[in-house]
Amino acid sequence: MIGVEHYVVVATILFVLGVLGIFINRKNVIVILMSIELMLLAVNINLVAFSAFLGDLTGQVFAMFVLTVAAAEAAIGLAILVVFFRRRRTIAVDSVSQLQG
Amino acid sequence: MDLQSSLQVVLPEIILAVAGVAMLMIAAFVGDKASRLVSIVGVSVLTAVAIITAFQMTGDTLGREAFGGQIRADAFAGFAKILAIVAAIVTLVVSPAFFERVAKMRAEFPILIVFAVLGMSIMVSARDLISFYVGLELNSLAAYVMASFLRDDDRSTEAGVKYFVLGGLASGILLFGMSLLYGFSGGTSYEAVRLAGMDGGSIGYVFGLTFVLVGLAFKISAVPFHMWTPDVYEGAPTPTTGFFATAPKVAAVAVLARITVEAFGSQLTAWQPIVITAALLSILWGALGAIGQTNIKRLLAYSSINNIGFLLIGLATGTLAGVSAMLVYLAIYVAMVAGSFVAVMMLKDADGMPVEDIDAIKGLSKTRPMIALALMMLMFSLAGIPPLFGFWGKFVVFQAAVQADLIILAAIGIAASVIGAYYYIKIVKLMYFDEPADVITGKSETSYGVVLAICALVISPLGYLLTIPLGDWADRAAAALTAFV
Repeated sequence: MIGVEHYVVVATILFVLGVLGIFINRKNVIVILMSIELMLLAVNINLVAFSAFLGDLTGQVFAMFVLTVAAAEAAIGLAILVVFFRRRRTIAVDSVSQLQG
Repeated sequence: MDLQSSLQVVLPEIILAVAGVAMLMIAAFVGDKASRLVSIVGVSVLTAVAIITAFQMTGDTLGREAFGGQIRADAFAGFAKILAIVAAIVTLVVSPAFFERVAKMRAEFPILIVFAVLGMSIMVSARDLISFYVGLELNSLAAYVMASFLRDDDRSTEAGVKYFVLGGLASGILLFGMSLLYGFSGGTSYEAVRLAGMDGGSIGYVFGLTFVLVGLAFKISAVPFHMWTPDVYEGAPTPTTGFFATAPKVAAVAVLARITVEAFGSQLTAWQPIVITAALLSILWGALGAIGQTNIKRLLAYSSINNIGFLLIGLATGTLAGVSAMLVYLAIYVAMVAGSFVAVMMLKDADGMPVEDIDAIKGLSKTRPMIALALMMLMFSLAGIPPLFGFWGKFVVFQAAVQADLIILAAIGIAASVIGAYYYIKIVKLMYFDEPADVITGKSETSYGVVLAICALVISPLGYLLTIPLGDWADRAAAALTAFV
């Protein structure tokens, strides 16, 4: 029997993969954008699973909002990345290092 | 609770949204020639919204609900909105001259500010996780673009990328926490979350609470989630940095207070240690990290991390007096930081280009005595030295902490503020006791001087005339927050 905890475990694994993707990734910034997207989608699995098991629609409405915001966020992220690429001619993660503390 | 009364409650937000779209139309059809006009429209709209909000909150402290409890326009939301709007107006007044000098003024900048303020005003009045999330994202998305606004500048674009990645990470963590809170409390309203926490809360609930606090700590740049702050503050154009250090901070701190008191009010033992740890680390790290910085904007970034620590001390008490003290500190903080950034924008070399190197201000008292005087007052005020107004902010916060029996926290905070005083006073020493470096020779606009003079007046000893109205206002705002707990 598949219970809500299975969905939560899957969502948590995906979320952790997303977080690790941001920190371990040494290649390029597009992969980071994909990782952020993965985190938001993991949250959606959580919301929809809870919504189904609670018998309450709010979670699904929330998931719709998250999808919309994620689309806007991806658009802005790519736009910033294009501006960055025009200056540096690269999107390697290591190139984002001119400012340092 | 019909639609019409809901629309009346959110009148300020509706005005901001309509005005933002209208400004976008002007910018689209007239082009960048209209950037001054759009800025003026922006300032007028923000002023009008501030006045409407002030009327709303003088009417009744608890305010009215809109859209089935998604939003409540109470005195607390009003206080935060007005502070954020004042900070946004300062940015709008100083930004055209700054961007025109590098020939990069675009009409989009004031529009982004108006949309960011709309997001903030939704998030501080939200009483539901969904409306809170939407407001927060509207604010953040506008901020990412503002950070990379100088698209031909290496540092600005890099600041944009960094801010976007770490901001996206923070939103993801916050959202994951919200999904857990929803699952373990069965609803998304703060009320539902609070009721679910009454019986101690399950492990999933506490996880959700922690994730939400971590996400918000990123947004307010509290240590240990501050690492983006110095880089973004240094790289972003100075008006944007000044904006980041004031308005979004006000909104994020306000929303943190609302969510901890209203939604997690029954879980004080779960969140108090987190807030206390973040407060102490922020104060110490902000004070130590600033030592040895050579860029003024970077130094101010550490100063803002340090100040967040003092704000969190007020919140850590979890009492009405603590929240009220935090709001008083927040108001004084906005005046000090806005003034500091305007002063930094007035530092220009002979070609009129901005100077950010800290050695350039050597001997400023001989070449530009008025800027040096204002900057000295601001630095002493940030350090919390009486009789300047910054002292009062620290005083009320520590008083609240002592009354709530957090004496050790207050003692460490006071000790660390002495460390912080070192680099504030170092700036004064450079300006008053070193030989002039003769770098800052450019003229600055009168509008900058006026804004700086107003900020300096507020933080001068004359500011103490404001303590009673400000205290009343903050008390009412805090009372609105604790009314439902």
